[in-house]
Amino acid sequence: MSAAVTTHIDDSKTLWGGGVEPLKASYGKLMMWFFLLSDTFSFSGLLIAYGFIRFSNLAHDPSIAGFSPDHWPIPEHVFTHIPFWHINAPLVFVGFMTFVLILSSVTMVLAVEAGHRMDKKAVEKWMLWTIFGGFVFLGSQAWEWSIFIAGIDGHTASLVSNPYGPPAFADLFFFITGFHGTHVTSGVILNIVIFFNVVMGLYERRGSYEMVEKVGLYWHFVDLVWVFVFTFFYLV
Amino acid sequence: MSHGHGHSAYTKSQPIEIPAPQTAWIWKTFWILSAITAFEFLIAFVKGPLNLPHLLVVTVFITLTLVKAFYIVADFMHLKHESKTLILSLALPIIFILWLIASQLNEGSYVFDAIHNFHHFLTK
Repeated sequence: MSAAVTTHIDDSKTLWGGGVEPLKASYGKLMMWFFLLSDTFSFSGLLIAYGFIRFSNLAHDPSIAGFSPDHWPIPEHVFTHIPFWHINAPLVFVGFMTFVLILSSVTMVLAVEAGHRMDKKAVEKWMLWTIFGGFVFLGSQAWEWSIFIAGIDGHTASLVSNPYGPPAFADLFFFITGFHGTHVTSGVILNIVIFFNVVMGLYERRGSYEMVEKVGLYWHFVDLVWVFVFTFFYLV
Repeated sequence: MSHGHGHSAYTKSQPIEIPAPQTAWIWKTFWILSAITAFEFLIAFVKGPLNLPHLLVVTVFITLTLVKAFYIVADFMHLKHESKTLILSLALPIIFILWLIASQLNEGSYVFDAIHNFHHFLTK
């Protein structure tokens, strides 16, 4: 009789009956995924606000030379600087930043791949490259902010006024690239913490490098967001 | 491992056999992402001289962005290897974002009319 009852309980332990992973992913990985989904909504809110405010302002007027405080600027007229050379290079620097993030995403996947093979040395190497890429991106962003804030002919950019267009243009620049930069910063910090744990052999002892995978998900998400920021803030 | 003590074959710490890396698919995705980004740049530079229609340029940019997003999420984030339930529970909520885009861009145009064309009607 008791055997029959046990059998009955085991049968009810199907996908959502407990004791198994219904989504075939660990708790931590699922929580990272759903956190990233919520973060998707945050960034969408910012980028959609950009569209809303841009559509409610006068569009760029080609007959007006230079910038106008009433007309929304065209990004490729604003972001024309590169370090060291005083030439007109529209979007070249932001293209470099995009490439840096894509590359650091690649080194992150290589770290995850090495983790699957329990190759501690390779995980360390690729995590270090990923952290380096993060610092290069953050340094680039700091440089771009300083150029943007320096403005044109003494007219600096702030939250109340900027030389490129309506005040909201600079506000959205600071908030969108700033919110993304904050994510990159926390990503670099997380990567450093995980790198430290890798070096100390924590995941080697644990027998699994899944923590590298979880922080990798976050890092790829930061790259993913930049792909959208690049298109909707710089390209269109 | 624990029974290895005392046997000469096991006392020397044997290097654990690490499989060779399988990274071809990673670099393939890298080249796809780089090529798409380079193509986006090409369009950004030639759209002015070639006088490409704005709607076409924006459509191409958005399409290429979604293609890049697909490769990052599916390959780099491994989502294509996850369970179908997980894929759907992450993909379906995006519907709300699509709605927000449609409604807010539409609303932005109305605000534009309210600010700019309202003034125009008053002076007429």
